[in-house]
Amino acid sequence: MAKTDIGPPDYRLMLPEIIKKNYGQWKYHEILRPGVLKHVSEMGEEVYTVRAGSPRLLGVDFIRDICDLADKYCDGYLRFTSRYNIEFMTPDKNNVEHIIKEVNKLGLPVGGTGKSISNIVHTQGWIHCHSAATDSSGLVKAIMDELYDYFTSMKLPAKVRISLACCINMCGAVHCSDLAVVGIHRKPPKVDNSRLSTLCEIPTTMASCPTGAIRRHPDPNIKGITVNEERCMYCGNCYTVCPAMPLADGEGDGVAIYVGGKVSNARSTPKFSRLAIPFLPNNPPRWPEVVVAIKNIVDIYAKHAKPEERVGEWIDRVGWETFFKLTGIPFTEQHIDDFTHAVETYRTTTQFKW
Amino acid sequence: MAGSDTPKVDELEKGPWPSYVTQIKRQAQKNAASKDLLKVQEQSFNDKVTHWKHGGIVGVTGYGGGVIGRYNDMPEKFPHVESFHTVRVNMPSGWFYSTKALRQICDVWEQYGSGLTNFHGSTGDIILLGTTTPNLQPCFDQLSSVGFDLGGSGSALRTISCCVGPARCEYACIDTLDICHDLTMEFQDEIHRPRWPYKFKIKISGCPNDGVAAIARADFTVIGTWRDNIRIDQKAVINYVGKGFDIKNLVIDKCPTSALAWDEKSSTLKLKAEECVRCMHCINKMPKALRPGMDKGATILIGGKAPIIKGAYLSWVLVPFMKMEPPYDEVKDLLRKLWDWWDENGRTRERIAELIDRLGLKKFLRDMGIKPTPQMVFKPRSNPYVFFD
Repeated sequence: MAKTDIGPPDYRLMLPEIIKKNYGQWKYHEILRPGVLKHVSEMGEEVYTVRAGSPRLLGVDFIRDICDLADKYCDGYLRFTSRYNIEFMTPDKNNVEHIIKEVNKLGLPVGGTGKSISNIVHTQGWIHCHSAATDSSGLVKAIMDELYDYFTSMKLPAKVRISLACCINMCGAVHCSDLAVVGIHRKPPKVDNSRLSTLCEIPTTMASCPTGAIRRHPDPNIKGITVNEERCMYCGNCYTVCPAMPLADGEGDGVAIYVGGKVSNARSTPKFSRLAIPFLPNNPPRWPEVVVAIKNIVDIYAKHAKPEERVGEWIDRVGWETFFKLTGIPFTEQHIDDFTHAVETYRTTTQFKW
Repeated sequence: MAGSDTPKVDELEKGPWPSYVTQIKRQAQKNAASKDLLKVQEQSFNDKVTHWKHGGIVGVTGYGGGVIGRYNDMPEKFPHVESFHTVRVNMPSGWFYSTKALRQICDVWEQYGSGLTNFHGSTGDIILLGTTTPNLQPCFDQLSSVGFDLGGSGSALRTISCCVGPARCEYACIDTLDICHDLTMEFQDEIHRPRWPYKFKIKISGCPNDGVAAIARADFTVIGTWRDNIRIDQKAVINYVGKGFDIKNLVIDKCPTSALAWDEKSSTLKLKAEECVRCMHCINKMPKALRPGMDKGATILIGGKAPIIKGAYLSWVLVPFMKMEPPYDEVKDLLRKLWDWWDENGRTRERIAELIDRLGLKKFLRDMGIKPTPQMVFKPRSNPYVFFD
């Protein structure tokens, strides 16, 4: 019988010597080139970091490959960033070129630092999730192929953080990203009352609906529920508590794009991403409509934003009417909020642009 | 690729970004489940819907979570992924690994699972992607014997995560890795045995840049900050300017509260300390010259979450400044107190922010015994409907 509740290994056992020695003593850092960092400590010691992009979904044989690399150049240690990048650290400047060469040989790009587009934080999608309205790994691959040069360079006005959630549950919590790609359903759940009474608890299912669209079935002989389809905004919360109400629909499902969020407190306060494009179709394996739309927003931002302005800060300065004009994205009734905090978004001034 | 039974999936092996398909194919050479997973992906690309069924209760002895049950809806066509459960493994603080530890995980997962992983999942766990029900217990036993444990799932405390912090960042105002590890060890029961209204997430960022998006993604947000003044190395400032750094446009004009001025005559960077809101911008731009102050601690914020159910929230300021020294008793006491309050008042699937929204921040603060301060709001109310009781 295995020991339980031992918790994760102590991080102190996972740190390379150079990190252990200078822990809490770092003085400053420089970005030597895209994907290569140099940190200098109070004692004047240096650590070099090579940051590599990763597909996140890794096989164990590949993990062994990167371990070999870390054994050779990084004293047998490595780390991952919160955006799935792999970081190889070494106190020896001469190792940097070797690491870059070997990282590239493994098929990984070096970059994701400074004013770049780093890796896309994302969810499981069709690889593993029951509630996905779009794929994740495939869509991310299609987008990053297009934005690859932005990963390996630092030529944007500021960093751009892209996140992707395959449904609005957003286990990837993408709602505060410069660019957020969100899988959405557009059709109400297909209720299967023959299974519902054995699979689901009816009061819980009714209570799960944020708009009160789910009612007990009017026919007392039917142990089940009905959905007021006019009130359904396809959130899928009912499906999470009750498997007899699937929403997935090949033609109904697709992707929405939200823009302008950030989590950092630098300059402006953290902010939510806002709806830019209400719907684009699922078109695997390359999702051309989504890729083109994202590339367009990034390119327009890169052209018009001032240095240091994140996407949301640029839009705040120029105004949303300018954003829609410059990007050529049509403004529709879907852009007007009608949920819980809607009125806060209605404009209460005569200040606007034409 | 003539004759391939996954032509659409194969397309994603092309292009410069590293391909997850290539990863799956490599494992598929020796693992039947990985091979079927490629075909499931192709099926989804054709049908434009997922082929994974709603969960199912599976797990390991003594735990109420950590394993996500997953079954395929076309088992006759894809028999090797009929059951394809996920194991969440709690990562070490800051996602640092020795290659020895990584290789041990690989060996266990090659023996008991598909050989496919995520480094890492959204919450930060190591995700071991796909195994059968009979393999779960031996897989866990082996993981435990090499020093790893399961992460959180369901209505529990989820795996706690933190930024790289003092391990390799000069901005860190708190020891994010130690706080993360300490809280994780303290609350093993809360992580492994779900008993709350819904999930609860904790994330710890070392500075207001918030590298792990704690303010957006955690119910309990810890962000390092400082109370005294930014430290300025005037010589280093002159060095930046001397090298052509545009201090006026890139720093002075970007300061959100106009707290900085560049005096050309004396070549001095002047700080109106009382105006500074510690946003990090100037420090980010001139890390060799500017540093956070010395009186360091954290701002504690509450309630961040994604939209389900009542909409997304960013965390709200709960404690504007708290010293963060081991054994972190003040944070632990606060956590226990607010979990009790949430447990007592919360409805099923109601996150703590939604509960505070429903009952009011005033009641929450009262019940927590926390005094209101102006730092907790952007602005006071404008309506006249005020309770006096």
